[in-house]
Amino acid sequence: MSSTVAPAPAKAPKTNRIGLTQKDYQGAESTLCAGCGHDAITSSIIKAFYELGIAPHDVAKLSGIGCSSKTTNYFLNQAHGFNSVHGRMATIATGANLANRKLVNIGISGDGDTASIGLGHFCHMVRRNVNMLYVVENNGCYGLTKGQASATADKGTIMKGGITIQSMPIDLCALAVELGCGFVARSFSGDTQQVRTLMKAALAHNGTAVLDIVSPCVTFNNHEGSTKSQTYARDHEEPLHEMDFIPHFENIAVEYEPGTTKVVTLHDGSRVTLKKLELDYDTSCRTKAIELLGQAREKNLFYTGLVYYNSNIVPFDEHINIIDEPLAHLPESRVRPSNEAFAKIMQGFA
Amino acid sequence: MSQAVADAAQQSASPEQGPKVNDIVIRIATPNGSGSQSANNILMRSIFTMGIPVNSKNLFPSNIQGLPTWFTIRVSDHGWQCARNRTDLCIAMNPQTAAEDIAELQPGSMLIVREALKHLVTRDDLTVFVVPFNKIVNTVCEETRLRKMVINMIYVGVVAYLLGIEMDEVRAAVSWQFSKKAKAAELNTRAAEAGYEYAEQNLPRQSGFALQRSTRANGKILIEGNQASALGMVFGGVTVAAWYPITPSSSVCEYLIGFLDKYRREENGKNTYAVVQAEDELAALGMVLGAGWAGARAFTATSGPGISLMAEMAGLSYFAEVPAVVIDVQRMGPSTGLPTRTCQGDIAKAYMLSHGDCKHILLIPGSVRECYEFSMEALELAEKFQTLVFVMSDLDLGMNKWMSDMFEPPSKPINRGKVLNAEDLSKNGTFARYRDVDGDGIPYRTLPGTDHPNAGYFTRGTGHTETAAYSEKADVWQRNIDRLSKKFDTARECVPAPVVQDVDGALVGLIAYGSSDFAVEEARHILEHHHGIKTAYLRIRALPVGGAVTKFCDAYPNVLVVEQNRDAHVAGILRSEFPEIAPKLRSILHYNGLPIDADTIVQQALHHAAVKERN
Repeated sequence: MSSTVAPAPAKAPKTNRIGLTQKDYQGAESTLCAGCGHDAITSSIIKAFYELGIAPHDVAKLSGIGCSSKTTNYFLNQAHGFNSVHGRMATIATGANLANRKLVNIGISGDGDTASIGLGHFCHMVRRNVNMLYVVENNGCYGLTKGQASATADKGTIMKGGITIQSMPIDLCALAVELGCGFVARSFSGDTQQVRTLMKAALAHNGTAVLDIVSPCVTFNNHEGSTKSQTYARDHEEPLHEMDFIPHFENIAVEYEPGTTKVVTLHDGSRVTLKKLELDYDTSCRTKAIELLGQAREKNLFYTGLVYYNSNIVPFDEHINIIDEPLAHLPESRVRPSNEAFAKIMQGFA
Repeated sequence: MSQAVADAAQQSASPEQGPKVNDIVIRIATPNGSGSQSANNILMRSIFTMGIPVNSKNLFPSNIQGLPTWFTIRVSDHGWQCARNRTDLCIAMNPQTAAEDIAELQPGSMLIVREALKHLVTRDDLTVFVVPFNKIVNTVCEETRLRKMVINMIYVGVVAYLLGIEMDEVRAAVSWQFSKKAKAAELNTRAAEAGYEYAEQNLPRQSGFALQRSTRANGKILIEGNQASALGMVFGGVTVAAWYPITPSSSVCEYLIGFLDKYRREENGKNTYAVVQAEDELAALGMVLGAGWAGARAFTATSGPGISLMAEMAGLSYFAEVPAVVIDVQRMGPSTGLPTRTCQGDIAKAYMLSHGDCKHILLIPGSVRECYEFSMEALELAEKFQTLVFVMSDLDLGMNKWMSDMFEPPSKPINRGKVLNAEDLSKNGTFARYRDVDGDGIPYRTLPGTDHPNAGYFTRGTGHTETAAYSEKADVWQRNIDRLSKKFDTARECVPAPVVQDVDGALVGLIAYGSSDFAVEEARHILEHHHGIKTAYLRIRALPVGGAVTKFCDAYPNVLVVEQNRDAHVAGILRSEFPEIAPKLRSILHYNGLPIDADTIVQQALHHAAVKERN
């Protein structure tokens, strides 16, 4: 017996506010090891940009060198990407930002790229407050060159091959707070909800946003004795707060219970709601942020969430008073002074 | 031979012949940080505004206060601007160096010496003028703390009397120098007048040398190479500059900021430019690359040690094909010691800077005018070829004041090179970032922010296909670097061509570049008029060079390459790129940190001629 079944009407794919599907935010297939924490972060990036409805062509994806830096190829295929040189992404990002203030800059770096070879550039980018989201995919080791120790590896960590780290680690969040960064957050790659929420808030921030994400290396740093392994990270992560993010274009009233939640309004009108857990944590106090990060070090755990937030720091491009339009696209009439001006200058040397 | 050349070139004047007019070298020795710079500029300007051609060389230490400085003004009616190896009038103000300054003078020279230092004059073959500087300054300047700043203006007055500089020009030059400081202008004028009066009453006017009003400097300008470079950037439409302070290039960006501040701010008070003082030279070129990648016209200025730090970024620019411009104001080698001495020692390094097979375009300005023109040209070529372009200036050109004809305003519109916008992409259908569409090796690019689904591409240093996809395939990469080589060969005939002066019957062809030009022209004059040797001349203005050089070498039996470095960088490059001319090339080299002078070239040219004759 046969019967004809009318085909079900094709279900329109779900789109965001600018009419794009989540697929439009994907990139090339990852070539990282199966189970790499970085891939989870890539998925969170795709979702965050999709949910915010940022046009891919408005995005500049920037990176240095390393496993983390390769991931800019794995999201937002339609965006321009620049996989530059080791440790220098912050400088490339600074130049790109000055050339075109309208670009949304996302930089992906690792702990070797940021905390060792690129430490100076990282510090100066933060000091300048270059408008960008700077993500550190922090696994405490050099993956691409097969597992050497990085400067964020905790003292006492036993590296693959049995070497114990004797030096103090560099805490990139503490450093960023110290250098005056207005948005400093830490998360864990496996906590996709929190990573995504922080990412969206960071993209709404006007200035440098540093997001340090502990992202275990399944191949070289996932064994007993490593403080950046999957199991260690899960057991020692203590969220500062539960979070929710409301973008500026979604005008939804947030219900919150006084005393247990806090709403942080970002410069563009977006809001981050922080549901407090055990700590009475104030994201606007720099001293407290540094104290908290110090305590975390003493207790051998890492707090996750928005560690510090301050929207009153003027971003670099505003500070140096550049016009709003991209410098890159100015016509000759606006970048070449007149022949009269030239003649006047010449007279000055006569 | 050295003395013979010098004598032939410039015989000392004797009273019977009448004074030597508008032809004198004045050397002023002072401690740095003593305010002598403004006095020296005023003296030079007073001569210049009398219509007399001048040039100055500032030989200064790597120090802020107290170490010896020598400022040499060359007055030449002929317009010769290169360094001279003799001094006609020495002003010995610095106790640290006075003995040596006096000992170095050739017989017959004039010497102005402070009264306190007159005991150091032990020779009787000089014309000596002892001047009580301290006594005179006390009469014009009541404030003790200002005395050491204005004392130098006294020698300006003394020289004005001795050589016949018009005091009205001195007064005008003081007003020009202190245009916004009326009090300083008044005090300095008084000091110059006091010096003049003292000389008038106590010293004999000189009969050997005289400065007389001329028209040869009329309509000319006095400008430093670094000022000219900055000006070229402004009129070349630069929008992003990043730099790290280093002698002798810092003033490029400092002058740039001054020009931009004045001429590139819009009515709403916002800037059409961004200048960043970076954390180091690595960052400076990184920012330039980021800006160039995103579509801005961007540059940095530095010197040799900065170039070393930029090596990695230079390779990234070359392989990822990102436009960038670096102005290299060359100086002597690393760190401390001689950062304030000139050379052309970065040529070979810059030409092949970085890892893998790298070749870069070098523009080599030979005058302040070319510093201006080549800044603009470098911005054009960087975008045309989507690569790093160096402008190889040097300390002599960059930090000294040179007389020049007025520059011309830009003559051609800005061309941003092969950039596809959204409309082009819709029309073309496909976009392959690294494909040689036009057969010239130069691909098309898109800029971030272009609203088209095909616009985006992924930029990497190495390992990319024509469509910018990742690839480690051997043939794919070899094809790409062969295309880069083709692009470089396209550049050979697009960069500023050599300036060739062919001379019928000449047996010697000189090849030179950069700031050596002035010395070469004077040396050719001496060789022809005092030694009967006619020379042809080819001045390289950019690397890579095209066919003009081999043609020139074919035309003359002997070819001498003049360079201000020890290792004959350009001769080496020519030998390697054009092996057929290699046997003909001989070198004339000068590398002691001082600017090259004509006599050095003449001596070495005569030496080569003598060797040739013997063989």
